[in-house]
Amino acid sequence: MVVNGKNISYSYDCNDTSYALRNVDLSIEQGEFVCILGCNGSGKSTLVRHLNALLQLQHGELTIAGIDVSNENDIWRLRRICGMVFQNPDNQFVSSVVEEDIAFGLENYEVPREEIPEKVNSALLLVDMEGYDKRAPNSLSGGQKQRIALAGVLALEPDIIIFDEVTAMLDPDGKQEVLEMMRKLHKAGKTIIAITHYVEEAVHADSVILMHEGKMIASGKTRDILTDVQLLKIAEIMPPMAVRVYYDLLDAGVKLKECPITNEELAEKICKLP
Amino acid sequence: MQITIDNLSYTYTDPSGQTVHALQSVSCSIDPGDFTGIIGRTGCGKTTLILLIAGLLTPTKGHIFLDGRDINDKSYDRNLLRQSIGVVFQYPEVQLFETTVEKDVAFGLTYSRLGSKEKEDRIEWALETMGFDFEKIRKQSPLALSGGEKRRVAIAGVLAVKPKILIFDEPIAGLDPYGRQNFMELVSRLNDDGTTIIMISHNMDALAEYTKRLIVLDEGKVIQSGKTRDIFLGWGRDTRGTEPQQIASLISKGKNTLLDDVVTYDDLIFALKKQLLGVEQHE
Repeated sequence: MVVNGKNISYSYDCNDTSYALRNVDLSIEQGEFVCILGCNGSGKSTLVRHLNALLQLQHGELTIAGIDVSNENDIWRLRRICGMVFQNPDNQFVSSVVEEDIAFGLENYEVPREEIPEKVNSALLLVDMEGYDKRAPNSLSGGQKQRIALAGVLALEPDIIIFDEVTAMLDPDGKQEVLEMMRKLHKAGKTIIAITHYVEEAVHADSVILMHEGKMIASGKTRDILTDVQLLKIAEIMPPMAVRVYYDLLDAGVKLKECPITNEELAEKICKLP
Repeated sequence: MQITIDNLSYTYTDPSGQTVHALQSVSCSIDPGDFTGIIGRTGCGKTTLILLIAGLLTPTKGHIFLDGRDINDKSYDRNLLRQSIGVVFQYPEVQLFETTVEKDVAFGLTYSRLGSKEKEDRIEWALETMGFDFEKIRKQSPLALSGGEKRRVAIAGVLAVKPKILIFDEPIAGLDPYGRQNFMELVSRLNDDGTTIIMISHNMDALAEYTKRLIVLDEGKVIQSGKTRDIFLGWGRDTRGTEPQQIASLISKGKNTLLDDVVTYDDLIFALKKQLLGVEQHE
């Protein structure tokens, strides 16, 4: 297990009266694509902010690639292994030139100066943004900005990449660009942890962790979780549209062979009906 | 209040010295009581347009009229403009700063002529309209609330001024689906009560469901404007549109038949029942 957590609890309140996380056990395999799904305030961001020690562990145990997150001496090593892309692309830039922005993390890790240009270029290539090195981040579209933010993370060659609601600010094209990027990195062997409350973004994950009121209420195969409408209802998550159509048709007396989770599967099953 | 936008252009120089034509010769109008969505790719000029309408930017060329009067005319009362138009910016929650929720909501009323009892009533109304229990929330620190709650408090601060026109820039980005639905229903109720709503959003499904009219921008120009449903239907099968439209398009291609008139989820279910069961009525 690349991520191994037991009994993690966290409270933002010094008086410990309300918990943002309560007794969460977490295990994620190397190379897995996991989606952490939950409504606003369910604790999903709080949970993943423990993974690279943006939040300090208060209760429980957590190791990432064998590193204990509560060991302060390992924080820099940990953050190199576990990179994170955030929701708002505009808040993540530290330079007015793309290449300098991507180089920022490398400089902080004291990567030899002569190695930096090549690493910046490889990172740009990975996010399909080669040729954009001299551009100003603010001249780019939302999807492009997120890809540049991602390139800054990838330049450090992390094993685990966390995407914290990275599509929330994007237009429909930008959203597709970034989702495509997640799938590509997963295929390349990276461990992907994506946080979202949009089920349609979870359909490509290997597994789903369902959070509600600071607790993990379910975890399992994506298809099993996304078709369990009762469970999603408890989590206050709207089922994928394909699942909603399946059940509405069932109520009307039309039974499809099995419950689809993507729109493509739904269309295919409807087209097969006599 | 009638908003008339006449041949509006806005040009600026970006930090690298390049001239950017953010808006070019935009003309359109928004009637009192309309619920208008503004859509277009990132960088197409949506935010520039609303900043101009709210009088927060001055046009390079052209005019914005409120009930026939040019808001950039020197004789136009800026206080009247501020009271008439409320703007909720992207991520309004980062603008909260007071020690309690009620003080934060009250800030916009600092210079109003309302008496203290009327002000308190107004704050209570704004917070209750945003779905809060006033007594429970009033003394809480706005900074200790969840993201969704902070956003509702920030919007209550704009509502408290009771503007005739409310402008939202991406208000539902980052809200979960139920939060999104509740928020859109709330805005619809404000619209039913007579407030003109202008909303920028990338969320096609929400716009299709709730707005009455759409303005479509591309590279600083209005490329379409009209009734929301007509615009969505006019895009045809091969554009992205709403999610139900995409599903209808996939089924239409696969079955080689047409699932017509689908924009919203209810349309899709109706069209499928009609196709598969021959049911003709919306239930």
